[in-house]
Amino acid sequence: MLEARDNESLAETARKIRVDILKMLNRAGSGHTGGSLSVVDILVALFFGHMRLSPTDACWPERDRFVLSKGHGAPALYAALAALGYLRPDDLMTLRQVNSCLQGHPDSKMCTGVECSTGSLGQGLGVALGIALGLRLDKLPSRVYALLGDGEMQEGMVWESAMAAAHYKAANLTAICDNNGLQIDGRVADIMNIEPLADKWRAFGWNTMEVDGHDITALQEALQECRHYQDGPSMIIAKTVKGKGVSIFEDRASYHGVAPNDQELKTALEELGEVAYA
Amino acid sequence: MPKEIATRVAYGEALWELGRRNQNVVVLDADLSGSTKTNLFAKEFPHRFFNMGVAEQNMMAVAAGLAHAGKIPFASTFAIFAAGRAWEVVRQSIAYSATNVKIVASHGGVTVGPDGGSHQAIEDLALMRTLPNMIVIVPADAVEMKKVVDVMAQVQGPCYVRGGRIKFPVIFDQSYEFLVGKGVCLRQGKDVTLAACGIMVHQALAAAELLASERISAEVLNLSTIKPLDEDLLVESVAKTGCIVTCEEHLVNGGLGGACAESLGERHPVPLERIGVRDTFGVSGHPTELLEYFGLMPADIVTAAHQVIRRKP
Repeated sequence: MLEARDNESLAETARKIRVDILKMLNRAGSGHTGGSLSVVDILVALFFGHMRLSPTDACWPERDRFVLSKGHGAPALYAALAALGYLRPDDLMTLRQVNSCLQGHPDSKMCTGVECSTGSLGQGLGVALGIALGLRLDKLPSRVYALLGDGEMQEGMVWESAMAAAHYKAANLTAICDNNGLQIDGRVADIMNIEPLADKWRAFGWNTMEVDGHDITALQEALQECRHYQDGPSMIIAKTVKGKGVSIFEDRASYHGVAPNDQELKTALEELGEVAYA
Repeated sequence: MPKEIATRVAYGEALWELGRRNQNVVVLDADLSGSTKTNLFAKEFPHRFFNMGVAEQNMMAVAAGLAHAGKIPFASTFAIFAAGRAWEVVRQSIAYSATNVKIVASHGGVTVGPDGGSHQAIEDLALMRTLPNMIVIVPADAVEMKKVVDVMAQVQGPCYVRGGRIKFPVIFDQSYEFLVGKGVCLRQGKDVTLAACGIMVHQALAAAELLASERISAEVLNLSTIKPLDEDLLVESVAKTGCIVTCEEHLVNGGLGGACAESLGERHPVPLERIGVRDTFGVSGHPTELLEYFGLMPADIVTAAHQVIRRKP
C-alpha cells in the first residue's frame, strides 16, 4: 500500500502527470486533451494516499479497483499508472501506436494496472458494480472506484447501473463525476442538460456530495467520507475545468478530442513550469 | 416417442447442479427468471443470484464486473435482449475485454410462438458470431445443453449459448460428450449433407428418414458450436456427399448457414442450400404452425435436398 503524501508533493505529482499527458498526446498526434487534464487531480487524490494499491503485485486480491468509465481520459490514467510504477516511463511515449500496451482507450488485456476495458461510454459503472458485488461475496475489504464524465451521464445505461447499485446497497462502490460541463459538441447544458445532477443521484439512492475537483485535500476528505458510509454507494460530483492547468485549453470544448501541436505543447509546458523542454 | 424437454428447462437444472458443485458460479437475470429457468438457482443460492430488473445492458456490464472479480457469471434473458438489446455492452465489456461471462439466452428463434416477431430472435447468432473472442453454441437438445453448461464453467472466456422455449425431442443419451468446436455426425450418408443446430437437428434427422425412403442417403451433422465452427468435419462430409443443406431456426444470413457458406467457399466449394428464415421478421402463432410457416419442417429440408442434389456437377 502506498504511503500518504503531503499536499505539496501531491500537487507536484499532479503537475508532472499533466506534463506527461501533454507530451504523450503531442507524440501520438491525437487524443483527448481536455478531459484528460480535468481528471488529473481526481486520479492523484485516489491513487496517491487513498486507494489500497500494490504496484509491485498488480493482482493483489485485496487491492482497491479503479474503473475509468470515461475511457477517453486514458492518457491521464496511463501517466498516473507510470507515476505509480505500473508502467515504465518509456511506455508513455508509445500511446496510440501499433503494438503499444497504451491503446487509445484503456485495454485491460494489454495494460497492467487497467482493471477493465472501457471506451464506449456508460458501461464502466455497471462493470464497477459487478466487481464490487464479487468482492463483497468474497468478503474482501477492497473498494471499487468508477470515474465518469458528465456528458457520459446522458447514456441511459448509467442510470440502470445507478439504480442497481443502490438496490444492492453496494457500499464498497464510489463513483466520481468529472463535472467539467463540456462535451464534444459544446456545453453539456446546451447539448443535453443533465442537471440537477446531485438531486438525480440522491433520488437514485446514492450518498451524494459535491466538491472542488481540483482540490486534492477536499477530494481525499470526500473519499474518506464515502469509505465510512455503509448504507449504499456514494457519488462525488467533482466540479472541474476541462483542460485544467493549461490556460489555452481551459474550458474549451474544441480541445475535447484534439492533441496539442508542437507550439501548443511548448506554451503549455512553459505554463506548467517545464521550461527546460524544447 | 422420445422424451421431450425444452433446452431452457435443462439449463435451469444444469445451473442448479453446477451451483452446488462450484461456489464461484453466480447467476444474473433480467426479470425473466421464471422463463429462463434461472429461478431454480435463485431459490437455492439467493446470495449468488442477482436479479437486475428489466435492464439487460446493465446486467451484462455487472456480469463482466463479477467476472473481473473472479466469479463465473451466467447471465440469462431472452435471446433478443441478450444478443440484441445488450449487443454493444457484450461487445466491449465482455468480448473485447475477454471476460469470463457465460451468456445463456432462452427463447431463441421463431418457436417463441404467440409473443410474435418482437420477441423472436432470428438474428442473434449473426450478432454474436461476428464478435472476436466469443464462442457461440446452439445445443441440439436437453442433454447437450446440460453438457454445454458444465463445459462452459470449465472454459475460460466469453460464450453465448442459445436455448429454446418449447419442448423438443431429446436426441442424445447421457454418454454424449460435448467438446467446444467439435461437431458430431449423427447419421452417415453419401448423397447430401444436412448440417443443423438446435431443434433443427431433430428436423434434419426426420428429413434424412424421409430421404432414405426415396433411396437418398443423407448425412446429418450436429454443428452445435457455430463458432468456432468444426470446419474439418464439414469439409470431410461434403467431400464425400458433394452438396449440403444447412438447417437453422434463424435468418439464413449470418448464422449456421452463413458460417458454412463462408467456410466451404474458401475450403471446399459445393452446391449449398440454406433452410431458415428469409429476410423477414417472425409473426405470432403456435410454434409448430410457425415451423411450417417459415419452411422449417422436415419436408422443407427434403425439398432443399432434392434441389441441391440436382445442382451437383
